[in-house]
Amino acid sequence: MKILEVKNLKTSFFTHMGEVQAVRGISFDLEKGEILGIVGESGSGKSVTSLSIMGLIDEPGKIKEGQILFQGKDLSKLTHHELEDIRGNDISMIFQDPMTSLNPVFRIGNQIKEIILEHTDLSKEEAHEKAIKLLKLVNIPEPETRINQYPHQFSGGMRQRALIAMALSCDPKLLIADEPTTALDVTIQAQILELLRELKDKVDLSIILITHDLGVIAEICSDVIIMYGGLVMEKGSVFDIFENPQHPYTKGLHQSMPKNVRGSKERLIPIKGTPPDLLEPPTGCPFSPRCPHAMEICMKKDAPLFKIEKGHTASCWLHHEDAPKVENYIQVKGDAFDEIV
Amino acid sequence: MKSSKIQQPLLEVRGLKKHFDLSTIGNKKILAAVDGIDFVIYKGETFGLVGESGCGKTTTGRLIVKLYNPTAGSIIFDGVDYAGVSERDLKPFRKRVQMIFQDPYASLNSRMTVTEIIAEGIKVHKIITDKEDILERVHELLEKVGLKREHAGRYPHEFSGGQRQRIGIARALALNPDLIVADEPISALDVSIQAQVINMLEDIQEEFDLTYLFIAHDLSMVRHISDRIGVMYLGKMMEIGVSDDVYERPLHPYTKSLLSAIPVADPRVKMKDSRVILQGDVTSPINPTPGCRFATRCSYAVERCHNETPELKETLPNRFTACHLVEEINGLTTK
Repeated sequence: MKILEVKNLKTSFFTHMGEVQAVRGISFDLEKGEILGIVGESGSGKSVTSLSIMGLIDEPGKIKEGQILFQGKDLSKLTHHELEDIRGNDISMIFQDPMTSLNPVFRIGNQIKEIILEHTDLSKEEAHEKAIKLLKLVNIPEPETRINQYPHQFSGGMRQRALIAMALSCDPKLLIADEPTTALDVTIQAQILELLRELKDKVDLSIILITHDLGVIAEICSDVIIMYGGLVMEKGSVFDIFENPQHPYTKGLHQSMPKNVRGSKERLIPIKGTPPDLLEPPTGCPFSPRCPHAMEICMKKDAPLFKIEKGHTASCWLHHEDAPKVENYIQVKGDAFDEIV
Repeated sequence: MKSSKIQQPLLEVRGLKKHFDLSTIGNKKILAAVDGIDFVIYKGETFGLVGESGCGKTTTGRLIVKLYNPTAGSIIFDGVDYAGVSERDLKPFRKRVQMIFQDPYASLNSRMTVTEIIAEGIKVHKIITDKEDILERVHELLEKVGLKREHAGRYPHEFSGGQRQRIGIARALALNPDLIVADEPISALDVSIQAQVINMLEDIQEEFDLTYLFIAHDLSMVRHISDRIGVMYLGKMMEIGVSDDVYERPLHPYTKSLLSAIPVADPRVKMKDSRVILQGDVTSPINPTPGCRFATRCSYAVERCHNETPELKETLPNRFTACHLVEEINGLTTK
């Protein structure tokens, strides 16, 4: 069953410099109980996508076009009040920085209880009980004591756990996690990823995980979307993306990461150039200025999503039936000294 | 390095300590950021320093370039101990040891042009005095790091993160240093740009015969670039060794769990089975008590670990660990 369908979403920010087209028409579905990873670099539009789903796009930003269907209801058409019923209740979100997402002057417990009291009919005592239960659910030791502590008494990993507890307080159906482990150390990251995986089964949650770390994606996601320049470049199962990547950008990402194996000293193959300026996005494929295989059409026309296999699509003209066949995708030796700017 | 040259130490750190006094009236608080560490960096190699936040790796880097004065210990660079030397006598040392910082936005003065930023050190050390020649040198450095000479007159805000980091690298190169301390040089950059900067660091290392101290928390990247690595935990060195050896067969319990936590970019490898997920969080480095710093989270810890601080000793050839139980855990016979 599809829990979320995003159709041709376009979100822009109207700044004094001009229109920044952060998301330029993306579509995807999320099946119930799935963990969908959205990968992209800064400026790829991955965070704006999640904020658009949550209805958190503020002035000067605006959802220009498209539909966000959550259980059949179009979120982008709802009023502020109607959205309030869904946000926190059915969809909730955790953010990158657990240090700034909590209010430093309120006790952790009160911050969790506030949400429960706001969204449910539980009494104060019941809310307290529920808050303790939630802290237990996210593996915080001694929740009875911890509930009365302030955020500064929690470590980074514990704060992220507390935020996950808050996000889960109204039994949401969809959790959006925007770089939930980026600010954390690897050992703590491993704990949090394990927790998310556990929760998915325990409380029947669908998760959208936004990250730039392909390792994190491989660990817990079932499906992956690769974003670049406000568009979807490639979409598929985690095995498609890692074992049979079909977009030059996806391949480039794989090749620019060191492999964690003996002899990993061999030279990395970077992607040349820099990401596009979304004030004036390039016409055609946004990756074409950096792509080693760019053809004439790439610079002129957006590539449609070509179907590779069932559930695996790539937005690249190379998959057009008339395109020349590229045997070995990236043979060009990457070199940092090549042209940049 | 990558070749088997005769190993000649360039930098030797002995018993290095940095304690920050956080005491308030009636409440003595000492933060032992770096608490007695020893290691050697050989000429031409890349030494990676890894550990979680708060382990003291950045403080170590800053002590080595003398941005902090050490509380105790010695920093022997090319045979001379610079730990207690006054600022005035440091000048020759400063020229030979340079630093690349983490944040390419905060580490460049936004009111200076690229030329001013890169040439500042050249002028201070009076390496080149003629104005034209300085400009020529700046242009040459810009081209070395993959920028163009037209960029010389621009200001930092006109550049992207990756380009700014290149400017920072050009500034570090300007004085022809022997040792460059790179503190998280790529962690603020996008994945596709990280590889560009790493490749460039490798190229200039070869060209100028540089030695790197590479501090980072991205463990796969550290493995890629480092010849040897040191693993720190709460101000102490836990393990030192050739990087491939350490990654393949970590001996110290902390290294084992740290390395097993690296997410693997292969969906078929489920690390779940082999992963040692650490319980709890890093303990506080304030007023440390004797005993192994890692004992509170270590699954092997015995009473001795809580009372007696383990020394860093050579467990295998060229492999140093600080753990009382290392032989037992890894099935090595005691020497």
